[in-house]
Order: sequence, then C-alpha cells, then structure tokens
Amino acid sequence: MVGAACALYTARAGLDVILVDRGPVAGGTTGAGEGNILVSDKEPGPELDLALLSGRLWGELAREFGAAVEYEAKGGVVVASSPDGLAALERFAEEQRAAGVVAEPVADDALYDLEAHLAPGLPGGVHYPQDCQVMPALAAAHLARASGTRLFTGRTVTDVLRTPDGAVRGVRTDKGDIHTPAIVNAAGTWGGELAALAGVRLPVLPRRGFVLVTEPLPRLVRHKVYAADYVADVASDSAALQTSPVVEGTAAGPILIGASRERVGFDRTFSLPVVRALAAGATRLFPFLADVHAMRAYLGFRPYLPDHLPAIGPDPRVPGLYHACGHEGAGIGLATGTGHLIARALTAKTPDLDPTPFRPDRFAEEAV
Amino acid sequence: MTDLAVIGAGPAGLAAALAAAARGVRVAIVDSATEAGGQFYRQPASGLRSRRPQALHHQWRTWERLRDGLAGSGARFAVQFLTEHHVWSVERDSDGFTVHALLGPEQRESVAVRADAVLLATGGYERVLPFPGWTLPGVVTAGGAQAMLKGGLVVPGRTAVVAGTGPLLLPVATGLAAAGVEVAALVEAAGPKDLVRHGRALVGKLPEGAGYAARLLRHRVRLLSRHTVVRAHGDDRLTGVTVAALDTRGRVRPGTERYLPCDTLAVGHGMLPHTDLAETLGCRLDGLTVAVDDEQRTDVPGVWAAGESTGIGGAALALAEGHIAGRSIAARLRGSEPDPAQWASAAKARTRLRKSAAALDAAYPPPAHWSDQVTDDTLVCRCEEVTAGAVREAVDELGAGDVRTVKLLTRAGMGWCQGRVCGPAVAGLAGCELTPSRRPFARPVPLGVLARQHDMATEKGTS
Repeated sequence: MVGAACALYTARAGLDVILVDRGPVAGGTTGAGEGNILVSDKEPGPELDLALLSGRLWGELAREFGAAVEYEAKGGVVVASSPDGLAALERFAEEQRAAGVVAEPVADDALYDLEAHLAPGLPGGVHYPQDCQVMPALAAAHLARASGTRLFTGRTVTDVLRTPDGAVRGVRTDKGDIHTPAIVNAAGTWGGELAALAGVRLPVLPRRGFVLVTEPLPRLVRHKVYAADYVADVASDSAALQTSPVVEGTAAGPILIGASRERVGFDRTFSLPVVRALAAGATRLFPFLADVHAMRAYLGFRPYLPDHLPAIGPDPRVPGLYHACGHEGAGIGLATGTGHLIARALTAKTPDLDPTPFRPDRFAEEAV
Repeated sequence: MTDLAVIGAGPAGLAAALAAAARGVRVAIVDSATEAGGQFYRQPASGLRSRRPQALHHQWRTWERLRDGLAGSGARFAVQFLTEHHVWSVERDSDGFTVHALLGPEQRESVAVRADAVLLATGGYERVLPFPGWTLPGVVTAGGAQAMLKGGLVVPGRTAVVAGTGPLLLPVATGLAAAGVEVAALVEAAGPKDLVRHGRALVGKLPEGAGYAARLLRHRVRLLSRHTVVRAHGDDRLTGVTVAALDTRGRVRPGTERYLPCDTLAVGHGMLPHTDLAETLGCRLDGLTVAVDDEQRTDVPGVWAAGESTGIGGAALALAEGHIAGRSIAARLRGSEPDPAQWASAAKARTRLRKSAAALDAAYPPPAHWSDQVTDDTLVCRCEEVTAGAVREAVDELGAGDVRTVKLLTRAGMGWCQGRVCGPAVAGLAGCELTPSRRPFARPVPLGVLARQHDMATEKGTS
C-alpha cells in the first residue's frame, strides 16, 4: 500500500516512476490488513500528526476512488470496560483533542445508540468520527493503476547499484537492471533487507497479527469498535502474545476481528490459541457474535521499528535512497501522508508536515 | 484418550482402522455422515429400506467385509465410530493430537477427541468448471447425481445429459439409465485416442470400462467423445444444453454446436484432494496432494494420510493405502519398526493402481481452452457472486497474477465454500496454476465455540 501511494504521489508530482514488487500487488502485509485509517489509537506526537494529514489525503482520494476501494468514513468507537478505564480513556481523548482530533465522549446510553448490539452494562466510551476504512488490496491496486507508473510484479530486487562515490544509480533485479537516480524503499516488513542491499541498517522487525473473519452479515457493527486496552497494546514493546478485541463490519458483509500482536519472526504457523483469544474478546464486546461462524483467519507481519515510528525520507548515508517503511499496523492509513512526504522530498519542496521525527538514520548511532 | 483418530470413514479410513484395530490399536473413526462408507460406499438412508443397494455398487463384498469389521469381529478393541462429527481442526501439542469436531446437524457444540496418532482419510471433492448457464437449477455435479442415486435412491430428472471428463462419467450415465432416466448423451471431452495413448497403464481398468461400454449400448446412451457442453439453457430451470465438438488442441470447432433438450445436466471434471487439515497441521504438500512416504506417513510425526487426499486414485487404491497406513501405525505406536514385507501385496496393488490413476489423469484433462467459452457475465464464485468478467479485470487491469490476489481483489473464494468450488475456475481464468489454499478452519465454526475453549484454557491455566 505504501509503495502504491508513493507511486501515485510521486507520479503526480511529475516524476517518471517504476513500481517493482517481488510478489503480486498487495502480496505482503497489505493483503493481510484490515484497512484501518485511524486517529483514535494514536497518542499526540508525530505519528498522530502524520495520521491527521493522511486522513485528509485519504478523504481527497475517496472522492476519486470512493466505492472502488470500499472507502468508508464510518468512525471508531473505543469502549471502556470499567469506570476507571473510562476515566483514563477520557483523559487520553482530551490530549488527542488538543492535538486536533475529534473525540466525543459517549456516556452509557448514548453508547448503545452508536452500537446497539454491544454487551450490556458498559460504562461508556469515546467516539472518533475521523476513523475510516478502505479495502487495502483494492486500494493498493487502484492507486497503483491510477499512478500510471509501469508496474513490474513478480520481480525481485537483488542488489542496489551505486556509483563509485556511493550514490544510487539503480537496482538489479532477477529480471534485469533498472537504472534510476532514486529508490524508494517501500518493502514494508522486508524493508530492513532492502536497506541492507544498499549497505545501511534499518531495524525493521515483524510483529505477527491474526485476523478472524466471520460469515457475511447485515450491518450489525457500524463502527470500528475496540476495547480501550488496545491502545496500550499497540504502544507496547513486549514480544509476548497480546490480544485486545477490535471488531468491525465491512462493506462486503463479514465482520473482521483482531487484534493480536506477537514477535515470533516470520512464523506462518496457524495458532488456534490466538484465534480463540480473539473470539473470546470479540464475544465479550458483542455477545451476539457467539452464534456467528468464523469462516477463515489469516495472518500478517506488521513492520515494526523500535520506537514505533515509520522511516520516511532520504537516507543521508546513501544519496538517492529514500525509505518509506516501518509503519507497523498503520501502513494503510499512513500511506497517503507517506506518499506526500516522499513526493515532496524527491521534488525538493516543503512538505505539509515536519518529517524530522521519521528520519531513517535515527537508529544509526546504535551498535550494529 | 484413544491411540488413533481416523478422520473419514470412506474406504481408506475404514481399511486403516480395521488393520490397526486388528493389531491392538484403540481406534476412533470420526466422520461427518450418519453412516460409514464415505462417497464411494455411500449408503441409502436406513429409513428408505432399500432392498438391493448393491445394485448401485461395485465390490459389494469388499464393503461387506469392511462393514462387518467395523461391527467388531476380530479386533481386541471395538472400533469407536463417531458419526455426525464435523471436524473443523486438528491441533497438535506436546503429547498428541486433539481432533475438534462440531456435533450433529446443528453443528453448534464442539467435542475434542484426543489421540496419539492421526490418519487423514479426508477424501476428495469434485472439480467444477463454469460455463454459461451452469448455475441453473437442474445442473448438478456428476458426483452429486451419483450421491442422489446411492444415498437417496431418488432420480434427479427425466432426461439427462452427462458431461465433462473423467472415469466417473461412465458409472453416472449407466446408473442414471438403469434407474430409468433417459440419458440423451454422454459428452466426454477426451477423445478415444487419448484413452488408447495412455492405455498401457489402464490395462487393469479395461474390463471395467468394457462393462460400462456394453451397458451404455444396452441403454442406447449416445457417447459423444471429444465434445463439451458450451452452454446450459433455461429461464428458471434447465431446459437443454448446447454441445460442440473439440479439436485436437481442445478448442471448440466452430459450426459443430447442437442443441440437446434435457432437464438434468450432470457435469464433472475429475476430483481434487481435501488437504485443509493436513495443510494446517503443517504437513508437506506435493502440489495439491498430501506428501506421504512408503508407509503413508506425512512429514509431521504422528500424522498419516491415505486415500484421495494423497492423490486421486479411486476406492481400490484407497483401500490399499489405508491398509498399509493401519499396519504402519500399529507398529509405530508400539515403538517398533514395521516390516513392509507384511503388506507386500497391498504395496504391489498400490503401485499398480497409482500408475493407472496417473494414466487416467493424463487421459482425462479438462479441455485445454475451457475458459474461452466462459462469457464475462458468467458467475464464477457463487458464494460471493463474482463474475468471470470481474476475475479478468483483476488480472488484466489490476495486476493480479495468482489465485490469492484475485481473491483479495474480487472476493472470489471468500464465501461459504472458501473457494473449494471456484478455485480451479479462478485459476483457469487467471491463467495460473491452482495452488492449495490455506483454510485454517476446515469448516465454519461458531465464535462461541472458540471463545469457550479460550475461557476453559484460561481457567485451567490459573487453577
């Protein structure tokens, strides 16, 4: 998704762009995502600023692609399970409001006006009307097509070609060389490997997540609904399994249930205990789900950097190398803002947001 | 706790269960049907009081032996037979396996069967290829028509056309004819020369084939070889089909189309193995089949596989493989090395039958250019209502080059059947190879079942 967005924004900035992927379109983490465009789960700081910019840009793209990418401005509802939890959630929302987020406290009864089928007895929550969703694979495919760039799928980059003074002059692929003065590393969870081909270190690590998918249903869950502890899990550094219920309906009918986080490398083994925990969390939030069938489950690997911020922009260690990866679980949502920052950097124009916190060489001082 | 859980009560599962039980293994057979037999030895519902079910079956004696064995003769422990158990997952842990199955027709409650070893005898299912009109009522799969004959003793229509490719079409055509259906034609995509070309390995099959040929003749069933159905006609149900001749490269020969009135079309293009449980257990697959060694072991310790899941080959092959698996399991569970000499005759049969299965497979490929006949408005994925045009657009316009990406971009294969029906069609239309899909749930499972298992595990963990 990030690659497709970079292709769109750089092509529209007037550059001649080639999009290369070793798999098909949306074959990596994009194809395993839920398509979140969220501000609700982000604390004030650079990632939230990028999310607000990205949300605006997605709104613009929605006018162009709308139904084709199943864009829905459906809003998010974060639910507290206890009065203490609600108080903490409201404090968090207040800080977000100061940073420009629309966050509306929802007290007990009003919660059931938003989501009629929530478990009874919940103390309240916060409504985030800016949260949106797209179908990520469709979004990537349509943005890539609309960019008008040449799309080379099934082609693996095997080396980064450099001039004697170290600047980028192209990439070597398993199907021939491509000559270019600039490369954007949008390899997601595999971004560290591509960086290594250029001789630089970028510590992207995989953080595994499962999504459980139900049979198609009429619209019974209208927002993205999740428990307040999800925010803590997203920001956590733990390698152990964490699950917090995230439940949302989709345009196509099935309900998607997340979210699990584990650092287990690129292990693709299916895990019944994880999906059981997801089901338990989801049925606690929405008791009617107990009678609904799980049809399938899939897993993906979030590209995770140690400080939970993506790497976006030029790499001063290799002239011509730009990074656009490490967005963890927010890559779909942050793709547009990332594409914007990359396009501005490549055309030497001032971006709408200060990119300094995302500079890719911020980990360089650590011991390799 | 049992020693061995056998999943599937068809020929492979039954043969393995009996071979293992006779050697002191405690066996539980788990099957979704109400009776043993699987697809091949499908039994009429007992309420129908069929007088001569054997009229519809081959090798009735073999079946009687299996059935009597299951009833308990000769084994130290009676084989436990768990009917109406719909297996949705097999879980492996440090001390064995848990087979999770939903119970009864409601499938709301799940039970767990613990075992030290598992035999996957999950069988196969029919390959379905779409054509304009294939979703009309009156169009059934060849296997479906046979199941109706064997299981319900009902006759699907008055005038039938049997079409597609593969050895199943002959018994379906003669079975329908014997049950009083007028079979207007048997439309087979393979040509007579294709069969001759692969004839050497088919020698063992020829008497059977000759028998069917005589029966076709007796019932005046017209055999149209190297022909295909290009369209099914009808408004709210089937009224007829257009068939056409194929050239040697599998293309429709223009001008050869003709109309055959019928109210039933039984169509089949061979079988595919069920590999969902094996894939989720982490067993290595060889193309679309579960890879096994000479003892029918998969590469996951404690998991054996036999029958159609290891390669489509029919009931006789499934019996041989099941027998070998059962003996291997009995020895291995005792901690001893099995002696293959003890199953030499089964191994010999297995070699011969695999060879003829490979020859049949080569002789009966789906017509090479079947997808040319599929119009853009033809539904490909019925569950999600995805047309051939949408699949083509994903490939031509959006850069999809494999079944998974087509699925992501069109939803083809995301519905109730999880792509079991449309998978081969999507692969064909996209011009790519059919690869096994990952289906972590072998069938849909209520979220409440998963949630309760989580709560039980958490309670156990804290107590």
